[in-house]
Amino acid sequence: MSSKIQDVEALVNQKYRHGFVTDIESDSLPPGLDEDVVAAISRKKHEPQFLLDWRLKAFRHWQTMKEPVWAHVHYKPIDYQDIVYYSAPRAPANAPKSLDEVDPKLLATYAKLGIPLHERARLAGVAVDAVFDSVSVATTFKDKLGKAGVIFCSFSDAVRDHPELIERHLGSVVPAGDNFFAALNSAVFSDGSFVYVPPGVRCPMELSTYFRINAAKTGQFERTLIIAAEGASVSYLEGCTAPMRDENQLHAAVVELVALDDARIKYSTVQNWYPGDENGLGGIFNFVTKRGECRGRNSKISWTQVETGSAITWKYPSCVLKGENSVGEFYSVAVANNYQQADTGTKMIHIGRNTRSTIVAKGISAGHAENVYRGLVKILPSAEGARNFTQCDSLLMGPTCAAHTFPYMEVKNPTATVEHEASTSKIGEDQLFYCLQRGISAEDAVNMIVSGFCKVVFKELPMEFAVEAQNLLSVSLEGAVG
Amino acid sequence: MAGKDILKGVDLEVKAGEVHAIMGPNGSGKSTLAQVLAGRTDYEVTEGSVLFEGRDLLALAAEERARAGLFLGFQYPVEIPGVNNVYLLKAALNAKRKAAGLPEVDAYDFLALIKQKMKVMQMSESFLTRGVNEGFSGGEKKRNEVLQMLVLEPKLAILDETDSGLDIDALKVVSMGVNSLRDPTRAVVLVTHYQRLLDYIVPDFVHVLSGGRILKSGDRSLALELEKRGYDWVLEDQTP
Repeated sequence: MSSKIQDVEALVNQKYRHGFVTDIESDSLPPGLDEDVVAAISRKKHEPQFLLDWRLKAFRHWQTMKEPVWAHVHYKPIDYQDIVYYSAPRAPANAPKSLDEVDPKLLATYAKLGIPLHERARLAGVAVDAVFDSVSVATTFKDKLGKAGVIFCSFSDAVRDHPELIERHLGSVVPAGDNFFAALNSAVFSDGSFVYVPPGVRCPMELSTYFRINAAKTGQFERTLIIAAEGASVSYLEGCTAPMRDENQLHAAVVELVALDDARIKYSTVQNWYPGDENGLGGIFNFVTKRGECRGRNSKISWTQVETGSAITWKYPSCVLKGENSVGEFYSVAVANNYQQADTGTKMIHIGRNTRSTIVAKGISAGHAENVYRGLVKILPSAEGARNFTQCDSLLMGPTCAAHTFPYMEVKNPTATVEHEASTSKIGEDQLFYCLQRGISAEDAVNMIVSGFCKVVFKELPMEFAVEAQNLLSVSLEGAVG
Repeated sequence: MAGKDILKGVDLEVKAGEVHAIMGPNGSGKSTLAQVLAGRTDYEVTEGSVLFEGRDLLALAAEERARAGLFLGFQYPVEIPGVNNVYLLKAALNAKRKAAGLPEVDAYDFLALIKQKMKVMQMSESFLTRGVNEGFSGGEKKRNEVLQMLVLEPKLAILDETDSGLDIDALKVVSMGVNSLRDPTRAVVLVTHYQRLLDYIVPDFVHVLSGGRILKSGDRSLALELEKRGYDWVLEDQTP
């Protein structure tokens, strides 16, 4: 049945569709990193002193750190002096004030990507903050959100307009020196998104950020900070693409979520960075630190990710469950084909009483890819009555890929309940033949089987993005019906 | 793995309107025959030919055979978690219709059709929302196979031990389903161990398959004789 395996491979090996480059003038710093570069970034963004100090502290700390080697990934050493740390599309005069002022070429790029930035955004009811290389280009729906009291803007705007919120919360979940890549990000981050939802407010629309790396040799270091005040709720989605380039590009983002009493944050990611070609040349190194803190009682943070891109993915969206009765969730589909490497999972740190967490991780491996689930469930002595449920499933396509599961558990409270289920299966020849015998083509059959495998995760995504996620796996929406 | 001859001489003609039963001891090649006809590529056909309505069946891929009207009721229907039972069936029907140049069936018409067929098979509506064979009991899986057959209306249905694991009530329902499909334009091949099934689905012909060969053919009375006397006498008859 080797021809069928090839069908499967052909299907997952579809050409990367976002690999174009936009020819646009950009304002970049030369490659390299030292304190002057850090200061220059801060200066370009007219930042207050506290932020410059914070960056410099992070940078000095970073210099004392070593790149981590524990992840189950392999790559040539990164030359941090050969990276451009700041690249901005050159605008006629400073930043655009409205969509009309945005460079039409940029808008065309987004249109090509299928991002609902303009009219489509209105139809979809999604507010988009688009980050192009290093700077946030436009934030839609600012007004409507403003009426609800929701602040949704680029990180730079937030630094200018709400410095007190930034100063209070920046680094409160992911400290500047948390890990090698977080420290690097803290030193050089150039933009990102900021969300503040005031007490009792339910954010009236889905918020969304679209990241794109365009310039060559550019690293993208964005920073996202989302704060849901008491009783607030918000759903946020990020999507990512990059052009095809032979050299690897670094993406080291930091995302911090803060949920106060009774607050809810739902954070969804559809990550489709360029994965490199079928021989493993090029592609994005996606080394990302994402962490949410359920600081208040009854708060809830839910991560959903669909990771299909990047040469290497190294990320563990985590929840620190401090507040009593707080809930952390992690739903993940990670696809790795060709020579992609994914080492992803989550950490659930139970601190408060009766905290609960759910982990559902689905890994799909094809080609020569390595797909790792790595997760930590940590129950501290204070977490009386804590519960965790973990389910990890791996689907293998073909004989040359691999799946690994590294679940770590540290349980320091005897009243806690921790459950773990794991399975590894090959995309069944029997399943495939069953579908073929019913007249269904191999391509449709694989789509169906993969979609079924991922269903529990996809149903966690906001509707319009579930479609995108399904498409990414070349699965039709109908597959999820029922 | 390779290199074992399983079927060594199966000469069989099934005409429209006929029901054939293939019986035989364990390991005689019954299921292999069913799988080979359905297009499973784990088996290599080294010799011989198969014509289906005048076409070279072996030249067609499994899905093409299905669309041409060949249906296999599996002995062990596989579970496909997360894939909706009805969705699979709708995709199957539409694949077949598309191949025949017909428009796809719309969701409402399909639902009406499947509800009607489910009634025949005495299946509860919960089947509409469940995954393909996911968590089905053995009997439910077999009913589901026959349900699929009723919806797809094949020209030739090969039912591989569709009776195994069924209690008597389920056996009656399954038989009723198969019988409802009997008409002068269709043929059914039943692969079975037990005469019991043939009380409900009365075959026109009965064949004994053993050691990869059809050793004996007859009418319904052969099945009754097999039940009485076992297979040994057929095997002995063949010894030169």
